[in-house]
This record gives sequence, structure tokens and C-alpha cells, in this order.
Amino acid sequence: MSSTPESTRRRFLKGGIAIGAAFVATAPSPARTQSAPDDPSKLLGGPARPYGERSRFEQAERVKQGVPKTDEVAVGNATPLHETVGIITPSALHYEVHRSGVPDIDPAKHRLLIQGMVDRPVLLTVEEIRALPSTSRILFLECQGNTQFEWRAPTGRGVAETHGLTSCTEWTGVPLSLLLREAGVQRGAAWILAEGADGSGNERSLPLAKAMDDALIAYGQNGEAIRPENGYPLRLIVPGWSGNINVKWLRRLKVVDRAYLTRMDVTGQPILLPDGTARRLNFVFEAKSVITSPSGGQRLRRPGFHEIRGLAWSGRGLIRRVEISTDGGKAWRDATLQSPVLPFAHTRFRLDWRWQGGEAILQSRCTDETGYVQPTLAELARVRGLNSRFFNNAIQSWKVAGDGSVSNVHA
Amino acid sequence: MSTPRSWEGASAAPSHASPGKLHDCAGAARARTRQVRRATWYAVAVGSAIVAAAFSDVAAQLPTYGVGRTPTAAEIGAWDLTIPFDGVGLPPGSGTAALGGPIYVGRCASCHGERGQNGKYDRLVGGHGTLTTDRPVLTIGSFWPYAPTLFSYLRRAQPIDEPGSLTADQAYALTAYLLFLNGIIGEHDVMDARTLPLVNMPNREGFVPDPRPDVRQP
Repeated sequence: MSSTPESTRRRFLKGGIAIGAAFVATAPSPARTQSAPDDPSKLLGGPARPYGERSRFEQAERVKQGVPKTDEVAVGNATPLHETVGIITPSALHYEVHRSGVPDIDPAKHRLLIQGMVDRPVLLTVEEIRALPSTSRILFLECQGNTQFEWRAPTGRGVAETHGLTSCTEWTGVPLSLLLREAGVQRGAAWILAEGADGSGNERSLPLAKAMDDALIAYGQNGEAIRPENGYPLRLIVPGWSGNINVKWLRRLKVVDRAYLTRMDVTGQPILLPDGTARRLNFVFEAKSVITSPSGGQRLRRPGFHEIRGLAWSGRGLIRRVEISTDGGKAWRDATLQSPVLPFAHTRFRLDWRWQGGEAILQSRCTDETGYVQPTLAELARVRGLNSRFFNNAIQSWKVAGDGSVSNVHA
Repeated sequence: MSTPRSWEGASAAPSHASPGKLHDCAGAARARTRQVRRATWYAVAVGSAIVAAAFSDVAAQLPTYGVGRTPTAAEIGAWDLTIPFDGVGLPPGSGTAALGGPIYVGRCASCHGERGQNGKYDRLVGGHGTLTTDRPVLTIGSFWPYAPTLFSYLRRAQPIDEPGSLTADQAYALTAYLLFLNGIIGEHDVMDARTLPLVNMPNREGFVPDPRPDVRQP
């Protein structure tokens, strides 16, 4: 489309005549290559839109994380953490991991089945669930495989590749405890098996205690329906716990007396130890932080002031403290925590920094409300070896070279 | 079964809604109706009474909120397919590796390789003795602790372009073939609801509970 500002204006006026402020059929935005007016105050602007889209000059996109592997048919599309601000991840940039594609689900046909050790097995429509008492919480999600390629050597170019399988969202839904109480959980029940409506067979066992404590059946993501790739129309949300137990496209909850140890329970998040045994039923994310700016692939253009920015989160609740080192961990300074600081949510931190122009190693280290301090990679590896793959919450190092270029290093 | 102790135990016990709540709901509906009737908007009251009556319908399964319905046995059966590690609930049917081989070639080999080793996607066979090396190879034979899990997963999610399409006999046969390729059972051993839970998987004892926090704190 070769629209000049003038023709855009004519189109808008025509549409405007049709029905006052009615929404004009959305014309595609002008191509990014086309220049915007030097002084937009001298022109009539574009039309109102029924469903908004970002500026044509904004290009942030999800980034594929990891190297092509032969042992997983999995898509891992990471949030570009270096391009997001604040603590809420825009839904369009929320990370996505799925193993059998994104299912096409009509909410009118979708049902949630609650069965097993309950007095009243029940089949619920999405509409019925949306009508129940609701709650909203801002919570991070993370794939337990986030940062899994960083154990032996720095591999990800930037923070999306190393840490982008985490996002933070306002989730809205119904407390799972409400549904379970209503269904009448029977004595002897101890676990819940959760299953999605996609083809992947991502069936996960969740301890009943956690289900009753703070899990949600969510239908809302940042003020609107959950995006298809994030579980539309219903998703199990388990604050602070392993990504794939937050079952997307949720269609079934079976109350049972033991962990089923499904394929994804067993192979979905094991921590393989040096002696060849593996820890299973690993759920919680321990405290983790990363500097998102300056981060790998970026370049400091000049010595002088730079704000160091990053995110910290813990599956055990609140982040209490974030410290930053610019010399590879010798000296640490406290970063400022940006409010709101919420349990089980991303916490934004920042620190003024004056880059002198020489080499610097930037690191962040967080402490959560339990007093747990984010470990170094060496500390983790001493206990778990280098094959453990999942739940890597080690301190990340970014090297600023003399020319201002930033790269991923082990330090 | 090794489950983390912190997730066992009685603290998990939720409150047990009493069966009487269904009647309480009807009572509440009547109370609501009485209350509204005292209002002067009689027409509205009649409308509310109808809604309240609908909410206390016996078909509703959430007593307090009057929504949901009882699923039929067929509806539950269509989805309730997951088999726990111990094999309880395995369906009728059976299969052998000899029967599973041709199914594997037709529906699995293009992704997983001719004998489960050199395909584009998950390696299914081999890897024995690698879990302590620098290149651990996690397969059914080297890693999976329970054979019924394999049946459950295959029937639910494979092949990836036609999940849920295997009959119980086909899933038993494919399970048998993959166990056979891994050297765990013989080519003519019959896998069914009785025999599959008895298969001794090599890595059955290879799992431990999660002890985190595991890193010594400063």
C-alpha cells in the first residue's frame, strides 16, 4: 500500500463520514519503512481502532530459546526481557512452550471435568466458571527448562535466550479451592491430576495441599481472555511452581490418592544428579534474578550514566533484596526495588551506574523472604553436577567490553 | 513411591462439604425468594423466583453456586484415560512386540528412527549406562521408571499428528515393541493389564525426592 499521509487522511475522513466515531474497518498500519511526519501536530491523526495494536515502530518479538534438539518436539518462544519494562509482560510477548501445537478451542464447546475422589463429580462450562467468585493475582510463570543451556558454557547470546522463558501476568479466575470444596474432596485424597485439551498429554500431578492453598483456574490474562498459546480458555495457575504444572487448555482435574507419575511428571522436570539418580516431582522455583539491561547483545554507546535494570522472582514468595556487582562479584551494592513488590511475581530492580569505559562484569544476586540467597553456578554445580538441566537459578554474568559491547560469560 | 514428605500428610485435607449442602442451597433459594417478595416490584420477584428455582435444580453440582452438572459415565470415560505408574486401571486388550513392530514402522519411525535411535525427535532406545556421563541419554530404557506410564502416554498423545488414535491393543503392542527394542522384554511376551505393571524397568529405583533448598547458604 503506497499511502501518503494525505491519502491516509482522506481515507480516515471518508470512514468518519460513514458513522461518526464508529470503528473503521482496521486499515493495515503503514509500513515501518515509510517515514512518519516530522511534526504530527500539523496533521489529522489516524482512526480509532476496535482492537489496538502497538506503534508500527515497535518491533519487540518473542525469541526462540535454545539450540535445536533431537529429543524434544517442543517450541520454546521466549519473552524479550531486554525489551520489556515494568513487571507485567504484555500478553503478546508472554513466553510460550508447547509440545503439540496450539489447539483451536471454541469456549462454548470446552468443559472442565472434576472427577475422582469427590462427592460430586462435575462438568462445568467456561461461562459457568466465569460467573463464580473471582480473584486476580499478579504472578510470574517460568518454564523449568529456562536457562537450561547455560550449565557448561555460556550459550545464549542475550537475556531472552538465557532467561526469557519467564513472564509475569495478572491472572484472573476462580480459586481452585472453591471448586474442590464445592465438589467435596473425599478423605484419603492427596493429589490432583491435571490435564489439558491439547494433544500433548501434558498430564501433571499436583499435591492437594498446594491446590487448596493458592492455585487458580484462570480465564483472564492482563484484563482480557487468556491468549490461545497461553491456555485459552482455561489454565491452571500454580503460583511459584514449575511452568508445565500450570496446565494450559485445562479440561480435567482428577482428585486422587497418589501421584500418578505420568510421562511429564517423570521426564518433564527431573534434576539429574552426578550419581545418575534423578530428583523428581520438583515443583518450586528458587529465587532467581537477571540483569535485563545492559545484557548480552546490547552495546553501551558511551561511558557515563547507565541505569542497570533487571528482574527478580521467587517461587517461595517475596523478593527482599537485590544486590548488584559490576566487578564480577567482588563488591556488591543494593539495588532499588521498584514497587509494587509482590509475592510470586517479577520484581523490577534498578541501580544507577557510571561506566568508566573499561571492562566490567555485571551480576545480580537476589534474596527472598525465606532468606534464601541466589547461588552462583559453581555452588549449584557442586551439589547437582552439570547434567541437572532444569531449575537453573544461578547468578548470571554479563561482560561489558572496553568498546561497550555486552556478552554472556561465565565469571 | 518416593514423594517429597512435605507434600504428604494430613495437612492437605480440605474441608469436606457435607451432602446436606444441596438442601441448604434450596433453602437459601427459598429465603432469597421470600426476601424479594417483600419488595414492591412483584414482577421482578416472580422472575427472581424462577431464576432461584433454576439454580437449585437437582442437575446443578456446585451446591453453593448452583452451576455445573453431573457428567455421564461415558463423558468421564472418554477423558479419564491416564494410567498411574502402578498400572491400576489398565484397560482390556493385549499386544506383543512382534505385533507392535509393523505399527512402529508405519506410524513412529519417521520421527523416532527405524529402531528408536536415530530419528529427528526423542530418542526412545538405548542410553544404558550414560546417566553418569557427560552426555546422558534419557530414553525409555535408560530413564523411564514404570512401564504403564509408557502405555498411558502412547495412547493419549502419540503419534503426534494423530494423538489419541491408537486402540488399546495397538498401544499395548507398541509399548511391547519399545520395551523389546530396549532389551527389557522378549519379542513374544504378551503385554496386558496384568503383565505390564510387572515389567522390571532398569531405572525403576533411579529417582529421589526433591531436597531443595540444597545449596549451602552464606
